[in-house]
Amino acid sequence: MQRLLEYESGCGLAGGWFMNGDTAAMVKKAGPGEDGPLLEVRGLKKYFPVTEGIIRRRIISQVKAVDGISFTIETGETMGLVGESGCGKTTTGLCILKLETPTAGTVLFRGEDLSTLNTRQMVPWRRKLQVIFQDPFSSLNPRMKVGRIIVDPIRVHRLIPDNHKQEARVAELLGLCGLSPGMADRYPHEMSGGQRQRVGIARALATNPEFIVCDEAVSALDVSIQAQIINLLEDLRDQLGITYLFISHDLSVVRHLCQRVAVMYLGRIVEMTTTEKLFKDPLHPYTRILLAAIPIPDPDIEAQRDFTPAQGEIPSPMAAPSGCVFHPRCPLAVAGCSRERPPLRELRPGHHVACTQVELNPIS
Amino acid sequence: MQLATDDASRVDSPEDVSLLRRSRWTDWWLTVMHDKKALAGLVILAVFVFMGLFAPLIAPYDPNDMEYEMLAPPSRSHLLGTDDLGRDLLSRIIHGTRISFFIGFTTVALALVSGVFLGLTAGYYGGWRDHLIMRYIDLQWAFPNFIIAVYMVAVFGTGIFNLTIAISLAYVDDFARLARGMVLTIKQEPYVMAARAMGASNTRIMGTYVLPNATAPLIVQATVSVSYAILAEAALSFLGLGVESTTPTWGLILAEGRSFISRAWWVGVFPGLAIMLTVLSINFLGDALRDFMDVRETQDLM
Repeated sequence: MQRLLEYESGCGLAGGWFMNGDTAAMVKKAGPGEDGPLLEVRGLKKYFPVTEGIIRRRIISQVKAVDGISFTIETGETMGLVGESGCGKTTTGLCILKLETPTAGTVLFRGEDLSTLNTRQMVPWRRKLQVIFQDPFSSLNPRMKVGRIIVDPIRVHRLIPDNHKQEARVAELLGLCGLSPGMADRYPHEMSGGQRQRVGIARALATNPEFIVCDEAVSALDVSIQAQIINLLEDLRDQLGITYLFISHDLSVVRHLCQRVAVMYLGRIVEMTTTEKLFKDPLHPYTRILLAAIPIPDPDIEAQRDFTPAQGEIPSPMAAPSGCVFHPRCPLAVAGCSRERPPLRELRPGHHVACTQVELNPIS
Repeated sequence: MQLATDDASRVDSPEDVSLLRRSRWTDWWLTVMHDKKALAGLVILAVFVFMGLFAPLIAPYDPNDMEYEMLAPPSRSHLLGTDDLGRDLLSRIIHGTRISFFIGFTTVALALVSGVFLGLTAGYYGGWRDHLIMRYIDLQWAFPNFIIAVYMVAVFGTGIFNLTIAISLAYVDDFARLARGMVLTIKQEPYVMAARAMGASNTRIMGTYVLPNATAPLIVQATVSVSYAILAEAALSFLGLGVESTTPTWGLILAEGRSFISRAWWVGVFPGLAIMLTVLSINFLGDALRDFMDVRETQDLM
């Protein structure tokens, strides 16, 4: 930690307008109670146009991948974002990182509105926001040796001018991620999936980020490797005070790693609360069905369990249902659900739910 | 915290420090030395380049001396025989190396650089740049390469400089199209997204993430194009649109030899052999280069 911070203070940021430039102090201050959340997403929307015609493009409809979601992440917190495939969780992550341009809404990082920045203005912030991708096979440049992959972000931001120090830093990052410094001379294809994912993590850490989006960061790995990577992410969180947005469809992983969880369905957040409350006392009917689908690793209990899967198929995001997007599949749905979009309300302290019926139908 | 300080001791050992630095050229040289075909290619090309550079010293006769027996078969005095005007074939081929190599490599280098630049710009940025560049490439695509070269020479005039420009322009579209196709696939890869997420500039992403991953097919295309370029020069010279007919080039000698192929096979066969050897060597070297660049392919198969 001390070594990491040394590098940080040794190299001021180009432009120098980044807060007070002293990130070391910020990391130390990190923790709940600091003024304002680290990240605040307000009314984020991302619509992908569906076009038709070759000469004159016409927009015939829109895929509402993310449809007006809001949440905040405190410094040092790990926020889970769960949902089934196609619910917009990855798009949300990409919009926060400005790898996709949001259709509407704001992303505030330390109070600065990232969504209004142009590519060049965004560069200093990119140092603070990093990403770990799902597929460890395609997320590393196959033509670069591991050392080069990890040193590239350092060179982009001119964090360490001296070549020898760069190499030392690469070795340090590799060590931090549980790899030996000798790995720097390997190509990604010479490594296993778990090792590659560690390289991906080392690359994300290279610029000393404050916030990392883990986009299904362990989904492509074997279960035994998953556990190692999750432990690594946890260690890094504790050592470096990194805040994560952990995007996953794997509820057990989220339960283990995250302090708070937001459940997404068809581009909207349907429930958001602490991990404990969500797993113990889920309120939204979708969350209940989702949790009930987690297999229990005991055949006897599993066999006795009464599990009713959600009726029907997940609707196409091109033609999302009116009102509450979940109403066609919802066991609690009444006529009103198809008319009005339920807002995300704080039903209980720290427990937000987007459902109008849940108070009238308490679960036993 | 513990981890970071623990590593400090390991970090400074000389072995680790050198890891980032072993030169690509050392690796490439090692690859060539281990690959017999590539080594053969390198040797043959080196011989030709040497011949071209020192042509006046090596050639036994003046290439334009017409004082020998016409269409004499290979013999002790004329190792490769003489042509229809009684010029020594070996001397002409040695001197021809200069023009043929110059045209072959310069045109492809020019076409490669400009084609890749256009294709990369079109594919990476998309939008109006893509439309503008690709409509021009489509236009050029509609005509055979050779016709374009003929047209260019007709407009700009003959001579070795104009010939080089004309042939390279004719081949730009092949490279541009290929490069664009590769870029369109590669720019969707997560590692390119990771580069954007780290704040790398467009130039950096194109130069270090996109282009290196697009090289394999471009190298193959380039090696094929060198042979086409040598032949295109031959054809243009044959039509009187290339270099002057007194200047010996492989293509020109081959074209002239064509008429006597039944009476004097050596006039056509030897320059043809020279072209073949060159093309073969370039292909061997190109294969080695491609394998070397495409680290995955070679190692995964083993």
